[in-house]
Amino acid sequence: MIYIDIFIAFFIPGILGYGGGPASIPLIENEVVIRYGWMSVQEFSEILALGNSLPGPIATKMAGYIGYEVGGIPGAVVGVFATVAPSLILLIFLGGMLLKYKDSPKVKRLTLFVQPVIAILLGVMAWRFFSESYEGIGIWQTALLVGVSFLLIERFKIHPALIIAGALIYGGFLL
Amino acid sequence: MRTHWNLFIAFFRVGILGFGGGPASIPLIQKEVVDHYKWMDNEEFGDILALANTLPGPIATKLPGYIGYRVGQTLGMINAVLATIVPTILLMIVLLTTLSQFREFNWVQGMTAAVVPVVGMMMAVLTWQFARKASIGLGWVKTCIFLVLFFIILQILNVHPGILIAVLLILALSLPARKRQRKNKEGEDI
Repeated sequence: MIYIDIFIAFFIPGILGYGGGPASIPLIENEVVIRYGWMSVQEFSEILALGNSLPGPIATKMAGYIGYEVGGIPGAVVGVFATVAPSLILLIFLGGMLLKYKDSPKVKRLTLFVQPVIAILLGVMAWRFFSESYEGIGIWQTALLVGVSFLLIERFKIHPALIIAGALIYGGFLL
Repeated sequence: MRTHWNLFIAFFRVGILGFGGGPASIPLIQKEVVDHYKWMDNEEFGDILALANTLPGPIATKLPGYIGYRVGQTLGMINAVLATIVPTILLMIVLLTTLSQFREFNWVQGMTAAVVPVVGMMMAVLTWQFARKASIGLGWVKTCIFLVLFFIILQILNVHPGILIAVLLILALSLPARKRQRKNKEGEDI
C-alpha cells in the first residue's frame, strides 16, 4: 500500500522535526530520496528550490507535492495529514498539561538536544547537493553559483525567491 | 459562520504572505490573531507559541490549528490549517507539473542544474544556523563533540536519524537537569 508508505515517510519527519519546518527538510529527504527512492537528489532539490521561493510553511508544501507525485491527490492528502496531525493533536490535547512544564529545563532542552543531529543532516544534504552539482555542471559553475548566491542572500539580504529566479534565468540561457 | 469566514481569511493571508517558511509567518499570525481579530491577548499568544515550540513539526500549522480550535472547535481547526497550507500546495503542484512537461528541452535542464548549487548553499547556511543555536545552549566544545559523534552514527554506522533523535529525546527528559542551566534564548522563535 503506497499510502501507508507515504504516511510513514511524512509521519517520521513530522514527529521528530524539532525546530520547526526547516528541521524536517533533511528528515523528509532521508525518507523520500534515500529510504523509499521516490526521487533523485536533483528532483528533490528542484522541489525544495520552488518550495523555498513560495510563501507558506515549507514542510507541508513538500509533503503536499511529493505525496501528489507519488500517490495522486489522495497521496497529497495523506502526506499533509501525516505532517500536520501528530504534533497538532498533541498540542490540542496535551496543551494544558504541557503549559505546566514548558519552563522545565528538561522540556526546554528537547529542542537543544536534537539541534546537532539536524545540523549534521542538513550539512550532509548540502554536501550531496554540491557534489550532484559538481558532477552535472563542473566545479567552476558550481563555485560561481554558490558564491554569488551566498553573497546576495547573506550580505545584501536579497530575497531568496529572487535568487532562485535569477539562477533559473542564468541556467536557462547559459547552462 | 462569520467566525469561520474570519478564520479562513486570517490564515489565508498568513499562508500566502509568509515568505521564508513557517518561522517567518509567526509575526503575521500574531498580527491577525492579536491585533486584528482580537481572539487572544499578546500574553496568551506568547504562551501558545512557547508551547508549540516544545513540540516537533512545522510551527506554521501548529499555531493555526490550535488557534482555530480555540476559536471554532474542530471545524475551526481544520478550516485554519487548510487556509494556511492549501493555496501554496496547489501552486507547487501546478508549477512543478508544468515544469516537468518541458523537461526534454535543454534550457529547462539548464535551469534546474543551476538551482541545485543554490539550494545546496541555502542548506549550508541552515546547517550553520542550527549548529550555532546548539552552541548557544551547549557551548562550542560540546557541540563539536556531538557533531562528530552524530556524524559517525548517522553516516558511517548508517543509523536511521529517527532512532538517534528518539534516543536523544529520552535522554533530554530523563537525565537529571543541571543546576547551572545556562540562560539561553532557546525557543524564542524557532
